[in-house]
Amino acid sequence: MLLKVSKSSDVKESQVTDESLYRDRRRFLQASASLTAMSLAPSLSMWPAIGSASIDFNKIGKSDFSIDEETTPYDAVTSYNNFYELGLDKGDPKRNAQHLKVKPWSVKVEGECEKPGEYNLEDFISPGKVEERIYRLRCVEAWSMVIPWVGVELGPILKRFQPTSKAKFVQFKTILDPDNLPGQKRPVLEWPYREGLRIDEAMHPLALLAVGLYGKEMPNQNGAPLRLVMPWKYGFKSIKSIVSIEFTEEQPATSWNITGPREYGFYSNVNPEVDHPRWSQKRERRIGEFLKRETLPFNGYADEVASMYAGMDLKKNF
Amino acid sequence: MSTSSAEVFVSTPFAGKFVKSALFTLLLIPLAIPIYWFYTNALGANPIETINRWTGDWALRVLLLTLAVSPLRRLTGWNNFIQYRRMLGLFAFFYVCMHISSYIILDQFFDFGAIFDDVIKRPFITAGFTSFLMLIPLAVTSTKKMVERLQHRWIILHRLIYIIGMVVVLHFWWMVKIDTREPAIYAGILAVLLGYRLFYYIKRKI
Repeated sequence: MLLKVSKSSDVKESQVTDESLYRDRRRFLQASASLTAMSLAPSLSMWPAIGSASIDFNKIGKSDFSIDEETTPYDAVTSYNNFYELGLDKGDPKRNAQHLKVKPWSVKVEGECEKPGEYNLEDFISPGKVEERIYRLRCVEAWSMVIPWVGVELGPILKRFQPTSKAKFVQFKTILDPDNLPGQKRPVLEWPYREGLRIDEAMHPLALLAVGLYGKEMPNQNGAPLRLVMPWKYGFKSIKSIVSIEFTEEQPATSWNITGPREYGFYSNVNPEVDHPRWSQKRERRIGEFLKRETLPFNGYADEVASMYAGMDLKKNF
Repeated sequence: MSTSSAEVFVSTPFAGKFVKSALFTLLLIPLAIPIYWFYTNALGANPIETINRWTGDWALRVLLLTLAVSPLRRLTGWNNFIQYRRMLGLFAFFYVCMHISSYIILDQFFDFGAIFDDVIKRPFITAGFTSFLMLIPLAVTSTKKMVERLQHRWIILHRLIYIIGMVVVLHFWWMVKIDTREPAIYAGILAVLLGYRLFYYIKRKI
């Protein structure tokens, strides 16, 4: 039996900031930030490059967004991965993990924003509150896990770069390093891997930039040192090893959509009503369980996110 | 045609039996391996998927081995190869049964509604299921008695295996998400095995 028990901590639709309020606030922020930007911007890029090791994993806050479900064992989470840059078989990313060079790491921010630039990882996430969030992960291949991520909320990080009014979408790109990454030697996907979100999706409080899991630094095979986690979307939206973020006015192209537009939509919200053309999405196998589970709309996060898609035909905008 | 030492070897009744038992044992290894993995906890994060893929891979491999018997016999002149063909074919059927059991029992756990949906909606499962159905009459008519009873109709019936081979490769091809290298290799092998037959047939006509 599936019961959605609403916790006091769940975000109700009524609690979600109204869009107009949110935009007003952003205008205010932009105005005030333009004053401080000049003094702040140089300090951001002058931060010493110290790599990713200095995130303090002993001081991780808890999050109200965590779900109360049994987590998938660490071994399974780190040995069963789709990360084609490190190989196509699910065991390959762990085997080839050392080929991903994560130190030093920087993220390029560009496009429709006031503060583009290249930021080292530390600076990039430093204003964020590092916390643990236990999320469901539903792969488009109809298996799922429950993973205790460590990360920072995406929205506040993005706001710091002051997206302009033209910023309707955000595009993310994975590292391109065909000399080292064995999977990028063959054109299975159009490299670099890229993903995209609508700006309101990116600003949603559930959207997470993860830097670790199980209280530890992110294993390379899981997308070190910085990856997206969008718990209400199929796993491939949660792009790994991010090196570039671009605010765009037009909907950006996304890797799986380029490869199979009939099979992988831009939104790719978890939806048991819309089957993948080649397999059913009604049920899923939770890794470690024998019987399949019913797949939940928006992967069980409908209360939090469904309102963003109100009025949209989700069968067309799959 | 000159008689090779290998032919002498497989021709003697005792050696023939020995080779047959050895082959039988070898063909059981793909069954033993996942059982060993089960007991050593080495089936991976998604054991059902591992078993599904493994049994499917071996069903296809043994099917191709079966199809390799006739071309090998013609190419090498070792006519005694033919005595292993029935066993190979039945092993192929055995691994197909393992594969489909793994799907029905482990993957779907007898959810016949979901299975029915899969068979009618998903082309790769339609293909897989069709090839299973086509294999049944071949397995049923594999006994010596049936061969004698059906005579030339047996030969015609068993040509179905060429179609089955093609449908099975399609089943694999349509299943993979993006990397078609593996099904392409099997398609290549199948093309060679069937192409040789076509070549031989045309040559004889001329």
